[in-house]
Amino acid sequence: MSEPISIPTAQPPGAWRRLTRNRVAVAAMIILAGIAFVAIFGPSIFPYSPEKVTPHSLHPPSWLPLVAEQAKLDLDHGGAVGRWQHPFGTDMNGRDVFSRVIQGARVSLIVGLCGALVSFFVGTTYGLIAGYVGGRTDNVMMRFIEMLHSVPRLIIVIVAIFTFGPWLEGWLHDAQSSPWLHYIVRPGAEGYAKIMILILCLGLIEWLAMARIVRGQVLALKEQQFVLAARALGQSHTRILLRHLLPNLIGVIVVYLTLTIPAVILDESFLSFLGLGISDPQASWGSLLSDGKNVINPIHSYWWLLLFPAAAMSLTLVALNFLGDALRDALDPRARR
Amino acid sequence: MPTFILRRILALVFVLLVAVTATFCLLRLAPGNPFALNEKQSSPEIIAAQERKFDLDRSIPSQCARYLGVMRNNEGHFSGLLQGNLKSCLKFKDRTVMELISQALPVSAILGVSALLLATTIGVWLGSIAAVRKNTWLDSATMLGALVAISVPTFVTGPALVLVFSLWLGWLPVGGWTGISSLILPAITLAGPFIAYIARLTRTSMLEVLNQDFVRTAHAKGLSEKRVLYKHVLKVGILPVVSFLGPLAANLLTGSLIIESVFSLPGMGGFFVNSVLNRDVFLCCGSVTIYCTLLVGMNLFVDIAYKWLDPRIRLE
Repeated sequence: MSEPISIPTAQPPGAWRRLTRNRVAVAAMIILAGIAFVAIFGPSIFPYSPEKVTPHSLHPPSWLPLVAEQAKLDLDHGGAVGRWQHPFGTDMNGRDVFSRVIQGARVSLIVGLCGALVSFFVGTTYGLIAGYVGGRTDNVMMRFIEMLHSVPRLIIVIVAIFTFGPWLEGWLHDAQSSPWLHYIVRPGAEGYAKIMILILCLGLIEWLAMARIVRGQVLALKEQQFVLAARALGQSHTRILLRHLLPNLIGVIVVYLTLTIPAVILDESFLSFLGLGISDPQASWGSLLSDGKNVINPIHSYWWLLLFPAAAMSLTLVALNFLGDALRDALDPRARR
Repeated sequence: MPTFILRRILALVFVLLVAVTATFCLLRLAPGNPFALNEKQSSPEIIAAQERKFDLDRSIPSQCARYLGVMRNNEGHFSGLLQGNLKSCLKFKDRTVMELISQALPVSAILGVSALLLATTIGVWLGSIAAVRKNTWLDSATMLGALVAISVPTFVTGPALVLVFSLWLGWLPVGGWTGISSLILPAITLAGPFIAYIARLTRTSMLEVLNQDFVRTAHAKGLSEKRVLYKHVLKVGILPVVSFLGPLAANLLTGSLIIESVFSLPGMGGFFVNSVLNRDVFLCCGSVTIYCTLLVGMNLFVDIAYKWLDPRIRLE
């Protein structure tokens, strides 16, 4: 195959030091930590519900200097707006954009993380098996990946989401009244059906790169003496795969996991933007951007509906991609040119 | 070579059948009936009659087989995808899928091709500059910009460009399809991330090639810097870009869904999304057929181009 075969070590010595010496990577990590903090604790700190409709429709960010016209409009709509009441403004229905961006962050990050985990499980298992078994199995498995490459996957996923989404929703609804499952499936769980289906479907299309990389590495690793030694000691294949090969792949896997997260977030927002993913009253960055795009017109520019979700999303994606790149440099010095 | 192309075409048919079958079955399994989505409720008899008329009665495998054209339809003959019949649209029943697609495809194709050209030319150009001026501010600025451009999604850049160039400056149309000027913003938006990606690819591979012996030989022969770069280095350095053209085509295809929605272009993307929402299996499978064919065709083209650029490669 065409992948360059390099023999990796579990963690090149000093990987963490190399990573923290990279100023861009440190900045990316700080930004990501900040975004994660806001996503986790934001709703408990900031008092407005992202779904609460207020009379202040399409109010510009409230810290901006107040125009007389707007002040009059506020009074008509049921009272003045405090300076920090709506820092990112409000949308068409008077919902607070700041809260909605936070909720969007929660949804997008969860989908990104869990989707990447799904792709990690599928891709790693597939790559490990293909590389370790080798021969005809490997050949068939790689042909299958090539076949998937020549299908517009996201397009099939759109259809799949529409098929399985309502099923899962119905199942979650029924499960709440079943004698066993209602301990796990709490009331209101069907609201999360769309998110779960997105995680599954997107995870299931983003694993191809991971599988190829893992397979390439396993092909090189399995010829090494420590694998032979493990065989000679009578260890089972499963144990060799999990205890000897997998730890050696951690570096590559971490790198590709970091790069899969932004890919999944992008896919999710892509679908939500088209109105096929998360939809009102729930919010994700994609659906917020779609709302913002719909109110662009030549007379009024409601720029805050577009700017803030776009900034949050771009910042996250840029930080993740920078971190992924820096991790690759730190964990795999050979890849650096 | 001919056997190679023939095998690729056979593979195309296989991929196409798998993709269309999957799409067809998924969409028929999805809740919602294409004949009962209107506001006014049709009676069960009318729905059943419609289903019979469009060969969508009986089991899903049988419906699919009739759509593919491997089983006799209700009128008793083979007429389906394999016979080149894409059926009629289920939403606008007086239009055939073929008509709709032949109307929308040129728009998408022009958009796609111009984005492809933009992405490859500008991407290779930027990447080569960065490689030749390695470790200068120009190099770092290009690569930093490239990573940002890869990360920012097109549905952020698209509306932003509209806001600036159409609404504030008023230079270009906001959207719709009014001629070449309405293509500029969509093509730039669509090409943006791929310009960046190709620039990164080109830089990496050019740096590798610049250190090789034949480049030193070329310099030693006394060739001009320009000639070495364009005739020798670029021809090899561009290979990874060529092999990226296949995935690029796939990404441009799906990316155009967004672009067409942002700029309200009457392309394939809108039809596809609506066909899923309307459970319009025929239109949906028709679009999937076109997408797959374009993709596999592009991959074939890439393989041939690869061979032409690097005679050492043997096609199997």
